[in-house]
Amino acid sequence: MANNSSHTTEYVVLARVLLLLMFLTILTISITSYHLGAFTVAITLLIAGTKGYLVLSYFMHLKYESLLLRILVGMVFVLFALIIVITFIDYAYR
Amino acid sequence: MSNGTSKIEYVSYLEHQGKYEGIFSWIFATDHKRIGLLYMYAIITFFFIGAILGLLMKIELIAPGETIMKPQVYNGVFTLHGILMIFMVVIPGLSAVFGNFFLPILIGAKDVSFPKLNRFSWWIFIAGSIMAVASQLMKDGPPDTGWTFYAPYSTSTGTNVIMATAAAFVLGFSSILTGLNFIVTIHQMRAPGMKFFNMPLFPWALYATAWIQLLATPIIGITLLMLIGERLFAIGFFDPTLGGDPLLFQHLFWIYSHPAVYVMILPAMGVITEIIPTFCQKQIYGYKAIAISSLAIAGVGFLVWGHHMYTSGMSENARWFFSLLTFIVAVPSAIKVFNWISTMYKGSIDVKPPFLYALSFIFLFIIGGTTGLLLGSVATNVQVHDTSFVVAHFHYIVFGGMGFAFFAAIHYWFPKMYGKMYDYKRANIAWGIIFLGFNLLYFPQFIIGIEGMPRRYFDYPIQFQTSQIISSIGGFILVSGLILMVFNLIQGARKGKLAPANPWNGSTLEWQIPSPPSLENFDEEPVIKKNPYYYK
Amino acid sequence: MSENKLHIEEHRDDEASKLGMWLFIFTELLLFGGLFLVYSIFRAQYTTSFHESSLELSVTIGAINTIVLLFSSMTIAMALSAIQKNNKKLALILIGITLFCAAIFLFNKYFEWGAKIEHGLYPGSTLMTLLDRGHLLYFSLYFFMTGLHALHIVIGMILLIVCYFKVKSQNINNQNYVLLENGALYWHLVDLIWIFLFPLIYLIT
Repeated sequence: MANNSSHTTEYVVLARVLLLLMFLTILTISITSYHLGAFTVAITLLIAGTKGYLVLSYFMHLKYESLLLRILVGMVFVLFALIIVITFIDYAYR
Repeated sequence: MSNGTSKIEYVSYLEHQGKYEGIFSWIFATDHKRIGLLYMYAIITFFFIGAILGLLMKIELIAPGETIMKPQVYNGVFTLHGILMIFMVVIPGLSAVFGNFFLPILIGAKDVSFPKLNRFSWWIFIAGSIMAVASQLMKDGPPDTGWTFYAPYSTSTGTNVIMATAAAFVLGFSSILTGLNFIVTIHQMRAPGMKFFNMPLFPWALYATAWIQLLATPIIGITLLMLIGERLFAIGFFDPTLGGDPLLFQHLFWIYSHPAVYVMILPAMGVITEIIPTFCQKQIYGYKAIAISSLAIAGVGFLVWGHHMYTSGMSENARWFFSLLTFIVAVPSAIKVFNWISTMYKGSIDVKPPFLYALSFIFLFIIGGTTGLLLGSVATNVQVHDTSFVVAHFHYIVFGGMGFAFFAAIHYWFPKMYGKMYDYKRANIAWGIIFLGFNLLYFPQFIIGIEGMPRRYFDYPIQFQTSQIISSIGGFILVSGLILMVFNLIQGARKGKLAPANPWNGSTLEWQIPSPPSLENFDEEPVIKKNPYYYK
Repeated sequence: MSENKLHIEEHRDDEASKLGMWLFIFTELLLFGGLFLVYSIFRAQYTTSFHESSLELSVTIGAINTIVLLFSSMTIAMALSAIQKNNKKLALILIGITLFCAAIFLFNKYFEWGAKIEHGLYPGSTLMTLLDRGHLLYFSLYFFMTGLHALHIVIGMILLIVCYFKVKSQNINNQNYVLLENGALYWHLVDLIWIFLFPLIYLIT
């Protein structure tokens, strides 16, 4: 069967990832109560990015998928980042 | 469409009796070849409706002032012409018709990965098309925004914009699903031994196209949803009186619609890349360069959308940046042209109708491409923006490029699709008429464009009349050539001579199986050991 | 006809189904990507208005929903592991918990939206048109983004309900679970989008 190569994630691993995600959520909320100016946005996005990475690699099993798929996922995020950056070339200098 | 297949043991896909009979065997077909043909019939029908609308515009423009229609009707006509031609003809054109029909065969597969999804995308394509036509007939009157739906006009005009944008949304969904299907098919269904770099180049082009369809179309989807929301609830994303930014609409629109131009042209280039080695009986020159340039066009094509917006009030930095990227995207296109011509060099060229169309594709594409560079540089663009120069450039690429490649593909693969052959002589004459009519129609528009004739205007000063008349005459010649071509093909399908399995001595997989192919394409799974282009 | 049997042999390719699902997820990501782009541009232009408007939202409800969604994401991932280990009963319970969490999420959303609508704050209302540009755009984006996200929650729930019954009827089993895998992937996508929506909409300083 084609499925046999698929990876089975242990319950404990998933639970640990959840704990980490909860911790990061609380961290974001508490950080925004301090006034760090522009850094807050950067830090919250960084934390959101980390959380996204955890969900992608453990919950969505990306860590155990083929290199090709991982590259494709990365490519989509890079493309989106490029589109945002290029749009801001217009807005930042207008 | 029966042909004497009794002497052979196979049953062609046209005669195969599945679960359903009669018309339902087509509506519920999951066979990629039948779906391809269904798309083809629908798209040719839409193309003729669009062409007639175009002809009506040319008749209107034959003299200054009102000739056959009022200005508001003219606005409706060019909008419908654009929506039909862009969303229902050229974007699905090559990939949905010939991609569906030949992608699985070219990679040695029985069908696409998800045949039912394929049928579903065909159904929603038809649903979207019905919505687009309905938007013309509903009581608020046909939309008059042009196919670009630019805000804030599209958020405030009283016409049926919601229906038209919803139609474009649905058609986009169909395009996404087709692209998704093709990517999975290419990854999973290649015949044993066929590595990515053993694939023929049409599948390569489709692969690059499918990525654009998949990744760019959602952006227009969300944009059109926002536009609909804005019209329904006065949300104010794009309307400056509500705090929105109309330029943002242009950004979002072109983030999709510029890559969409490559959805149109990349498969066209793929078709040409199949035809040229066959009719030169020579190995394609620079296989890898062509394959990779397809991906490069798709990749860089995502980042150049701003060159549609030079005069919109975008920042100076953005303008030079987009201009630079636009010049970069021209490089892979030029690589392809170079390779096609190098393939012909010292080949044994056989000038048959498909090759004529392919040759004229290269000629027209070079004109369209170089004028594109003119438009890509900011300084000249500011002069000719929104003139008929843009219209001419655009039609040289989309019609001279994608359209001629579509005709080339039809003439090339016709014997495989129907097992019959059309009349060469009539096909050649039709080609001559089309080519002449095309150039007469669009070339004068370059000239009056530079002289200042704006696009989308229903009236013009008297000094442009000579060129406008030449252009209108060209329109009539073009349409008569098209009618002759389609007539010839229908005649060929109905009572043409039986075609051999490999009439052009092609080397790719589709020519190794009977014409028309059986339901499962291959009796036994082909095993690929070598480059697809190999001639004795 | 005799060749029918030739065609019936359905070719099952789980890799293909999974790749297809991932590609679909890419389009969903870019669908929301367009909204994030619009958000980022307007936030850059109307920073203070966005901050003031965001104070109208309850961080507590947002945080609860975040945690509920993260938790449901874990349970559905566990359901997949359970099926792979051929533990049907546990899988059914876990899918049930996921659906329950989804319902809680929508319940919270309903109250959150309901409170706004009660105050006359909804797209097209007279109060909205009286707001200044930044506030108007913030609330427009708020309703549009969370609305679209809620729609995806509903679609994901339908998908998981189908999975639930297929697990029950043994159509999804430890040999053939690609449908559940795809349903779970979709559910994680919904979670993934919320991970970015939450700080961007609720936590603006």
